[in-house]
Amino acid sequence: MQIRLENLKKKYGSLHAVNGISLSIPSNLIYGIIGKSGAGKSTLVRLISLLEKPDDGHVYFDGLRVDDLAKEELIRRRRRVGMIFQNFNLFSSRNAAQNVAYPLEIIGTPKAEIRFRVAELLDLVGLADRGNAPISTLSGGQKQRVAIARALACNPDILFCDEATSALDPQTTHSILALLKEIQRKMGLTIVMITHQMEVVRDVCDLVAVLDDGKVVEEGPVADIFAKPESDVTKEFLSHLVGTDAGGEEQMVQWSSKRGAYILRFRGETTDQPILSQIVRETGIDFNIRAGGVQKVGGEVEIGTLVVDIQGSGKEQEDVVARLRERGVHVEREERV
Amino acid sequence: MSAKIWILIWNSTLQTLGMVFFSTLFSLILGLPLGVLLFATGEERQGGIIPMPLLNSVLSRIVNVLRSFPFIILMILLFPLSRLLIGTSIGTTATIVPLSIAAAPFVARIIETALKEVDPGVVQAARAMGSTNFQIVRKVLIPEAMPSLVSGVALTIINLIGYSAMAGAIGGGGLGDLAIRYGYQRFRGDIMLVAVIIILVLVEIVQIMGNRLSARLLARR
Ligand SMILES: Nc1ncnc2c1ncn2[C@@H]1O[C@H](COP(=O)(O)OP(=O)(O)OP(=O)(O)O)[C@@H](O)[C@H]1O
Ligand SMILES: [Mg+2]
Repeated sequence: MQIRLENLKKKYGSLHAVNGISLSIPSNLIYGIIGKSGAGKSTLVRLISLLEKPDDGHVYFDGLRVDDLAKEELIRRRRRVGMIFQNFNLFSSRNAAQNVAYPLEIIGTPKAEIRFRVAELLDLVGLADRGNAPISTLSGGQKQRVAIARALACNPDILFCDEATSALDPQTTHSILALLKEIQRKMGLTIVMITHQMEVVRDVCDLVAVLDDGKVVEEGPVADIFAKPESDVTKEFLSHLVGTDAGGEEQMVQWSSKRGAYILRFRGETTDQPILSQIVRETGIDFNIRAGGVQKVGGEVEIGTLVVDIQGSGKEQEDVVARLRERGVHVEREERV
Repeated sequence: MSAKIWILIWNSTLQTLGMVFFSTLFSLILGLPLGVLLFATGEERQGGIIPMPLLNSVLSRIVNVLRSFPFIILMILLFPLSRLLIGTSIGTTATIVPLSIAAAPFVARIIETALKEVDPGVVQAARAMGSTNFQIVRKVLIPEAMPSLVSGVALTIINLIGYSAMAGAIGGGGLGDLAIRYGYQRFRGDIMLVAVIIILVLVEIVQIMGNRLSARLLARR
């Protein structure tokens, strides 16, 4: 299902939690929405998932306006939308299977059919043998799997994930993301992934919107955003990936504790070319490489990042930057902190 | 004590049990919807599913006033209502009316408090799945709050045992009545003692059963 948002606004008191957001979310892919805490991500999801009404603006599902639906129609619409949360929000009074059964129960599915479907769903998320488990006995990753099965029970057109992996450790995050990606492909689902982790965007999202202060500050294909970030917020998110925090095979390699003056981003073919040494030969100006590495975005496109000092006068530095840009390298001056 | 007196004590105990049983039942019938309404019209952040601040504060005031009303006075004020409903204002059956009405606001608060303990995130999830308000109450809120609800009902029964004994003082029947008429007015300390012990035992049984049931519900989670 394809979603279009038109100038959405939501105020809490005098706070503009969502302040004029327009977005187009195409169907059959994973759309990331990233932003810092308080940026308005959860508010935006509550508006798109029809839990709250916007103060202003419209929401369209497949071209149909849905933000002004009457109560019954609204409830019917919500049943076509799946949602998972950071805290899982499972029913503690029900076991795993009964949790998955809930959305089917409320639409009056016959018992035998529920049993069949629940077994199928638990199998899909890899918990075929844990149906009778009380929720409190499940690990965080298993809880999120139950929540995913529950969200998929009524074959939704779209799945919202609000910080679905934020309460999980890196390995579990990885496996949940892999599961979501697999499900997306298998079911041709549209997934909207809300997060504050750039890793999540990098690993599973096709498109991304960067949110700040209730507004979209940047939007586009993930590979583009990684290769040519424009807003400061995006750059900051990426700088967390370049990572002062060591560890993880996908993390950047880092040699120096000092930060460099420039961040160079290479994309696709440019990662394979010896651009730096070419420029050194041409200009005789040296680079001091402080950190660098190559990351796979969306499992395909490679984005290289180097943090360097360019040794030379201001003029010489400008010359080098110009030469880099000529060769398709994205160059940013790193803010000294 | 003679066999006759033991029969009297036995009958009074049955009267007390009857009064407590029916007044618990009726106070739940009155208090449950009121408690759910109090919760549902409350703030959205606390899980309120149909926030209505004005109605909520009016209901809340009424409940508070009724709760702080001294029971004996409430009972006397409700004599006409008992007469209207039951045909008399004295005796076991008539006492059920003021007992139920006195306990209803108490029950409403207990239900409201128990429902507020339910994680609002879980309610949000249920709403997102397209539950109707009725489904949220019946299939989510009440089951999720069940251990607290059970403790709350036990507390209500205990209070009602106490109130029913008080009602005995103004012609309500039951163990309280027995203790006043025989124990106090006819100086039968032994009867008074037995009546008090039975009341204490009843309270203890309800308390223990309530705790056990609540714990068992929690352990299954
Ligand atoms: N129901 C509400 N009442 C009042 N203020 C709210 C409400 N919901 C959100 N806000 C405020 O709106 C702003 C945006 O909140 P929101 O939850 O959408 O942020 P977020 O991007 O999801 O943050 P986080 O990453 O911490 O979840 C915050 O300043 C928050 O305090
Ligand atoms: Mg949030």
